[in-house]
Amino acid sequence: MNRSFAESTARARVAHLLDADSFQEILGPAERVVSPHLALLGVPSSFDDGVVIGSGTLAGQAVLIAAQEGEFMGGGVGEVHGAKLVGLFKRALRLQPAAVIVLAESGGVRLHEANAGLIAVSEVMRALLDARAHGIPVIMLIGGDNGCFGGMGLIARCADHVVMSDIGRLAMSGPEVIESSNGVEEFDSRDRALVWRTTGGKHRFLIGDCDVLVEDDVAAFRSAAIGLLGQSIPLNLATMEAEHALLSDRLTQYGDCRDALDIWRRAGVPDPALVADLEASEMQALKTRKPKELA
Amino acid sequence: MEQLHFHFVGQQTPGDFMPILVGVVGSGNLEVMLEPSADSPECRVDITTSARGFAPIWAAVLQDFHERHGLAGISISINDMGATPAVVSLRLDQAAAELSSGTGITS
Repeated sequence: MNRSFAESTARARVAHLLDADSFQEILGPAERVVSPHLALLGVPSSFDDGVVIGSGTLAGQAVLIAAQEGEFMGGGVGEVHGAKLVGLFKRALRLQPAAVIVLAESGGVRLHEANAGLIAVSEVMRALLDARAHGIPVIMLIGGDNGCFGGMGLIARCADHVVMSDIGRLAMSGPEVIESSNGVEEFDSRDRALVWRTTGGKHRFLIGDCDVLVEDDVAAFRSAAIGLLGQSIPLNLATMEAEHALLSDRLTQYGDCRDALDIWRRAGVPDPALVADLEASEMQALKTRKPKELA
Repeated sequence: MEQLHFHFVGQQTPGDFMPILVGVVGSGNLEVMLEPSADSPECRVDITTSARGFAPIWAAVLQDFHERHGLAGISISINDMGATPAVVSLRLDQAAAELSSGTGITS
């Protein structure tokens, strides 16, 4: 039976993504490592500060895993939440797992925690890159209703691999943020079709920000993650320069496009208007960009 | 935000068990954690809720829950973000159901 990734809680995603009964939580809810800031602001905390971390096995291989709970504060990264992610990446250096898997669902920095949240995001980024520099692959899975935005969007793009569903969204500024700073003519955040074709999984897949596109199904995310285990992309000057070349190439090729539909047409998609109705499995044929060179 | 504390004297002692967590602290939702509190005839309930002034309703919902399950030797901790009484009752029953099925922390 199909188990929707988007509709599952962070805990249910972890339980069904990993091998059955293999998950061992670190700093579980009973330890009550909660936010030191929220109570002062009169906001209830969550016993796990909105992120589940721990170890387990995936297809028999040892992995470390984190899952953000989008329902709690929009998955916002606060001080404790960020510290749990940092600790997980540091643990990876010692345990050398086949991957660190992050089920990202977050609007970015938890605004209640201001600077502590901002610092947490940069610390997570540093710890993630440290793990990658030691050859440990980092895999982001994005398929929650809240998407992956702000600082968490930046963190996601620091990973070796990004797996998304059509429902998943990935970007820096969220739709409402763009509209309020640049006006509704620039971006209408209530136009859901526009929002999804600009930030959604299919667009990210077509332009190369997402490596694997899957259906909204925990089992599909599981298969995709298994396929990426042990595959580390070298973190060196050559890969950085290739990434920069790709980005400037994107600007040259598509800089004047007003809509993702224009980008898709120019990228060689024969009928861009039909993309919204395609299954994840039908999208591969539309992708012209070569897959990343693997280590 | 308001913190509320209740205790009930029950007969059903589950003994030792792994902590149980159900629900999520999201809008109109709550998380309920059950933990063993050995050698106590009490069912202790600690609530942190975003909504102020609903103590009598919490007392009524918990009294109903206690009449259904009569738990003892247990500590119930709740973080609430404005769940309705019906949702609170369902979450409490969900936690009690997991206690009797012995599944531990699920979702």
